[in-house]
Amino acid sequence: MKKSKPFPFESHHRSREGLDTKGVFIIKLKGTQILMKALQSEGVDTIFGYPGGAVIDIYDELAKTDIRHILVRHEQGAVHAADGYARASGGVGVCLVTSGPGATNTVTGIASAYMDSVPIVVLTGQVNRNLIGNDAFQEVDIVGITRPCTKHNYLVQRLTDLPRIIKEAFHIACSGRPGPVLIDLPKDLMQMTGSYRAAKDVKLKSYNPTYEPNMKQLLKVVELIKAAKKPAIFAGGGVVLSKASKELTELVKKIRAPVTTSLMGLGAFPASDPLWLGMIGMHGTYRANMTSGECDLLIAVGVRFDDRVTGKTDSFAPNAKIVHIDIDPTSIRKNIRVSIPIVGDCRITLQKLNTLLGKEKLGSLRKSRKPWLDQIEKWKATRPLAYTQKKTIKPQFVVEKLYELTDGKAIITTEVGQNQMWAAQYYHFDRPNAFITSGGLGVMGFGLPAAIGAQIAHPDKMVVDIAGDGSIQMNIQEMATAVQHKLPVKIVILNNSYLGMVRQWQELFYDGCYSCTEMGYAPDFVKLAEAYGAVGLRASRVEEVIPVLKKGLSIQKPVIMDFVVEREECVYPMVPAGASITEMLLV
Amino acid sequence: MANENNEIKKHILSILVDNLPGVLSRIAGLFSGRGFNIESLCVAETADPLISRITLVTMGSDSIVEQVNKQLNKLINVIKVIDFSDAAFVQREMVMVKVRAKPEHRAEILRTADIFRSRVIDVGAQYYILELTGDEGKVAAFLNLLKPMGVKEIARTGAIALARDNK
Repeated sequence: MKKSKPFPFESHHRSREGLDTKGVFIIKLKGTQILMKALQSEGVDTIFGYPGGAVIDIYDELAKTDIRHILVRHEQGAVHAADGYARASGGVGVCLVTSGPGATNTVTGIASAYMDSVPIVVLTGQVNRNLIGNDAFQEVDIVGITRPCTKHNYLVQRLTDLPRIIKEAFHIACSGRPGPVLIDLPKDLMQMTGSYRAAKDVKLKSYNPTYEPNMKQLLKVVELIKAAKKPAIFAGGGVVLSKASKELTELVKKIRAPVTTSLMGLGAFPASDPLWLGMIGMHGTYRANMTSGECDLLIAVGVRFDDRVTGKTDSFAPNAKIVHIDIDPTSIRKNIRVSIPIVGDCRITLQKLNTLLGKEKLGSLRKSRKPWLDQIEKWKATRPLAYTQKKTIKPQFVVEKLYELTDGKAIITTEVGQNQMWAAQYYHFDRPNAFITSGGLGVMGFGLPAAIGAQIAHPDKMVVDIAGDGSIQMNIQEMATAVQHKLPVKIVILNNSYLGMVRQWQELFYDGCYSCTEMGYAPDFVKLAEAYGAVGLRASRVEEVIPVLKKGLSIQKPVIMDFVVEREECVYPMVPAGASITEMLLV
Repeated sequence: MANENNEIKKHILSILVDNLPGVLSRIAGLFSGRGFNIESLCVAETADPLISRITLVTMGSDSIVEQVNKQLNKLINVIKVIDFSDAAFVQREMVMVKVRAKPEHRAEILRTADIFRSRVIDVGAQYYILELTGDEGKVAAFLNLLKPMGVKEIARTGAIALARDNK
């Protein structure tokens, strides 16, 4: 902004519902009771949180409900756990924290959920209304702080607004392109008594996401598909969020185009399918990246063309007409030129596209696609994902064995860095909602609390956090949460005593100057696990990997498995920052 | 992006928003956070007290302004965004100028004010305060003419604009 001019803007407040409706109010309730009623009417049965002075009244009321509260050990953990819960369950995650530091500790988690479009609702305590702006104890303007990293946020100023705001918040969080919504709750408002009336349906004249695609645009896509010789499909997190995996698979079968996904899209299309290319991007597979470089039609569904996907944008898919389907208009034409933009829900759009394609004779495609698919097979054969297992344990080997021993059926969360990329490359996902990672913001310390959230959503499933020795220490305190709530999450530490991804960049692009990336000291993770009341196991030699995994996975308690891996292993392929996506460094 | 018209142009955006606390901050924050620029900004209630109109002047290429427009629409409190550069519209700014009024300049200042249909809204021993309404060009020309007399202070609004009906 060039000039900033302060404006005395909008000093008065208004209600959308009208305050003085006579005779409609039935019951008088405390603010905290109204809050609980409103939350329960949204179907909330689990809250991740941490108490404090400004929310003590809410906690008092919470104890009288049957809502399950998961006491975390740090508010950041509460938000990541709510994120993991939302992604694993397909629902909305809720967290509750106190004012001031409680609120600021949520910011990283909120920003991550915002980047990855995860529906969560964050309730923060606030000081009494008459103290707001006075630098009161544990006061912070959390609505101001989180404005750029929430889909929307609210400071509740009148009790009569509360049911409506809660209803709106859940509606906004999970409709359109989902995202986090924060509600700031002043303490005195929670203590006072007011009339309670359940909120009506949400009506927001300024918020109407477009779900239905433009049919004319879809007809053009059909023509492009018929004309294409080398089509490819690029799917992203939007396919997972809109639950469009079935429709995507149907489209793939119909038009016989190979499929890649972004990191966020892993699982949207089964990795066991022969048309699967692997992930695209900076650490994408050779064949996926080459396909994007060679294809003449790229159908992008539920993606936002992040720079980690496109590399140098000018040379991304240079020969392709690009069809971009997304529910968020701002994603379209933000980074990449597009031939056919389509704003709409991925699932509805793919359904309609499949219906249109059903009327076409596509039988000849099987034959005409052959040269293209043969080319891709060649790429796959010449440059597969690869590593060589020698004397020391290779991290890829650990992930591969984890995949085999869990039958590919575990829910995998990750931290961020090399561990995340090896998880993405070597654990093959056949189902959506099974890979939970902080993709956009890249938050170290995400995996453990996210695993806790996922385990609560799916008590019977195997949940594994693939971690590095650096990132696991960023939210290691949540071990106590897992133990307290008897959540048998498994933590696989790929321990190379480095901040591995930064070290890799230093090795490749900074003449091997390992500035501050060697972890000179780390705790003994086995003893640390035991100190938390969990189980700790270690593998230092190759032959110990499978026994440790087998034992660790079979224990019905939280387990840390510490794998001492090859210290200077790099993630390949790698596209150097700023290079074209087809210019890969290979093993 | 390739094959785009990258010419930087001025765009006047009329943004209808919920008249609620914090909405201006959401809009200003969006511009600063995403590296868009604000040339000027005017905010006031509309005929409907529940709605405010923000008239915002920004500079950018077509693709940037397309993003600005979409990002604004994405804000929950934004009801409608109109880009006046695609339509017929009328535009006004207002300026108040405190100009030094030496005895030998007084007549000249009043003559200039008269030509521009500007009004004198305050008079002191050493100065006039003049008020002028007009489009950007008129305001600039007016200020240019007053400059030699000695402009002491200026208060100036940003542009406000309304679309013409196409009848």
